[in-house]
Amino acid sequence: MNDATALLTLSALLFTIGAVGVLVRRNAIVVFMCVELMLNATNLAFVTFARVNGNLDGQIAAFFVMVVAAAEVVVGLSIIVAIFRTRRSASVDDASLLKY
Amino acid sequence: MILFWVLAPVMVLAALGMVAARKAVHSALLLAVVMISLAMMYAGLEAPFLFAVQIIVYTGAILMLFLFVLMLVGVDASDSVVETIRGQRVLAAGLGVLFGATVVLGVAQTSVGVVQGLAAAAPEGNVVGVAQLIFGRYVLAFEITSALLITAALGAMVLAHRERLTPKDTQRDLAEQRMRSWSEHGTALTPAPTPGVYARHNAVDTPALLPDGTPAMSTVSRSLQARGTVRSATGREVARTTWQLTGDEGVAGRHATGAPTGEYDVPPTSQSVATSGDGGDA
Repeated sequence: MNDATALLTLSALLFTIGAVGVLVRRNAIVVFMCVELMLNATNLAFVTFARVNGNLDGQIAAFFVMVVAAAEVVVGLSIIVAIFRTRRSASVDDASLLKY
Repeated sequence: MILFWVLAPVMVLAALGMVAARKAVHSALLLAVVMISLAMMYAGLEAPFLFAVQIIVYTGAILMLFLFVLMLVGVDASDSVVETIRGQRVLAAGLGVLFGATVVLGVAQTSVGVVQGLAAAAPEGNVVGVAQLIFGRYVLAFEITSALLITAALGAMVLAHRERLTPKDTQRDLAEQRMRSWSEHGTALTPAPTPGVYARHNAVDTPALLPDGTPAMSTVSRSLQARGTVRSATGREVARTTWQLTGDEGVAGRHATGAPTGEYDVPPTSQSVATSGDGGDA
């Protein structure tokens, strides 16, 4: 197992932990943190591949992922706050009005 | 590689703790551990620019935003570990293990070739190389990013904005409202007592004591009650202690059974509304 493979394995592990967290947790904020963890795991893979392939495009991709993640967090957290204001709950189970 | 073997266990353990932690604040702090470790790993992977961006944007901005929203939202029932769909946790864990095994085995079996390093790609240094790419080949994507950020900021403002639909209550309205709720529901006319009045401590988690020695739970913050960190004896314990000491049920015991005691927030119309220790609004 060489250097890059170990890093990619770590990235895959972190992604899996984030995915399990999204499935298991019910607090919307914690679910959101797990999504962030998955984004970070992909960033690690990007940076690793940039080093393996010897060009900087992977680092640029990671940079853009960070920018998009920042925008996503801002909108997502304000949606959580708006839902909490009307429903007094941050649980993902309670926001089910559109289901039926 | 030493850096990797130091940081990787820390990251995996912190990530697992983030998923398992019961309190959302602990999850946020463990996520901070993961992100700072990731930043250090970037520094070891010839990406000093991303190291700085990771610290500033992720741990500095995004995690602080998470913590602020946690403070706004507070603790509620969604922190509990009781599952609402039966077997969901087991199924999710099983799926996660399968997915993880698939991805990790797939990654471990592929050969990614020889690591070339970035010395040839960025001869003038990493930051200069990244800047040349961002403002060169990727300049259009970079400019579109600014539109995305402005849209996100506007969207957050629209979502968080609240329009006032009714006129603001004046002092007179508030006074009338208070008198009305006193006459109809018997809520106290006077301001509610602060925590710690007549109690052993004047800390915010110590409820004020009523004249008969029972704690007035309406004096402590509701989120402290939700967290279960209120320090006081319940009305029943006070009654039992009084009974043990004097043989008499005491004022608290009579109070707990609903007999009129002339307590300060007992309404003039219905004497049994106020009971001790149930956190009713005063």
